[in-house]
Amino acid sequence: MSILGLYNYWIVIILMMAGLYILIARYNLIKKMIGLGVFQTSIFYLYISLGKVQGGSAPILADGVTVYSNPLPHVLILTAIVVGVATTAVALALIVRIYESYNTIEEDEIKAIEALERDL
Amino acid sequence: MELLITIVLLTFLVAIAIGIIVLRDLLAGVILLGLYSLIAAALFVVMDAVDVAFTEAAVGCGISTILFLGAMSFTKHDQKPRGHDSIVAIVFVVLTGALLIYGTLDMPHYGDPQSPAQTHPELTQHYLYKSPDETGMPNVVTSVLASYRGYDTLGETVVVFTAGIAVLSLLGLIRRRPEEEAPEDAPGDVPTIAADDSERTS
Repeated sequence: MSILGLYNYWIVIILMMAGLYILIARYNLIKKMIGLGVFQTSIFYLYISLGKVQGGSAPILADGVTVYSNPLPHVLILTAIVVGVATTAVALALIVRIYESYNTIEEDEIKAIEALERDL
Repeated sequence: MELLITIVLLTFLVAIAIGIIVLRDLLAGVILLGLYSLIAAALFVVMDAVDVAFTEAAVGCGISTILFLGAMSFTKHDQKPRGHDSIVAIVFVVLTGALLIYGTLDMPHYGDPQSPAQTHPELTQHYLYKSPDETGMPNVVTSVLASYRGYDTLGETVVVFTAGIAVLSLLGLIRRRPEEEAPEDAPGDVPTIAADDSERTS
């Protein structure tokens, strides 16, 4: 049971690290944002699994229900989802602007263009 | 049964994450990210977080996929993302993951009703048992979101408003600029300069 009790967290950490790996190892800026999305959703999962109570019910008060899951992580993650999509929108707008001035969204090509401009 | 559903859906999530790493096509990556959010929303329902589940399905799976597709329509989306599968990145990621797993070893187990988060008298217990009298709302998530932590929600609205202004000022103003003044160093404006040259030669 003790292994099973932490299984959730370990899978979430594997998912987080998958997102982090995409952020580090992929050059395409949109691909980096996809990795950030994977990372973000994994963190939401971690918080929600902290609030789960065995045999509990959704935190909507009703007669005959005595055990509820913790509502506080739900509230925090509701805020985080909306803020996450707002930051994603700003990042994608920045990527569109980068594409308009560099004509590429590959990180290595952008660095090459900047190095060329510095030499001139 | 609930445990079986959780394990199967978590395995789906891992498979999708590996697919996103392996696949080089951007469109496939965006669609897989939408699927990832949808399966995460199903897992939130299993873990009793119904409000979070429908927000994730609508915002994470719907709006953010649309935003990605919109950004891809402005950029070259036929381009395959390149990358380096470097040893340094793998070592860094594995080390970070190992540290995080070490950190989970003394965390309360999944579903533990005696964990500090569930038994805190002024947070969870107060919200669950005092909120019907204090706010008159049967949904505890709503009463915490709108009443107890109302300033959080106000801050969230400010963030969304700021992000809207930022996106508009990044994308809304630039649409006019190529006609008014063409910055010479931008490769995107090469056709304008070429048109000027052809006018001069003719």
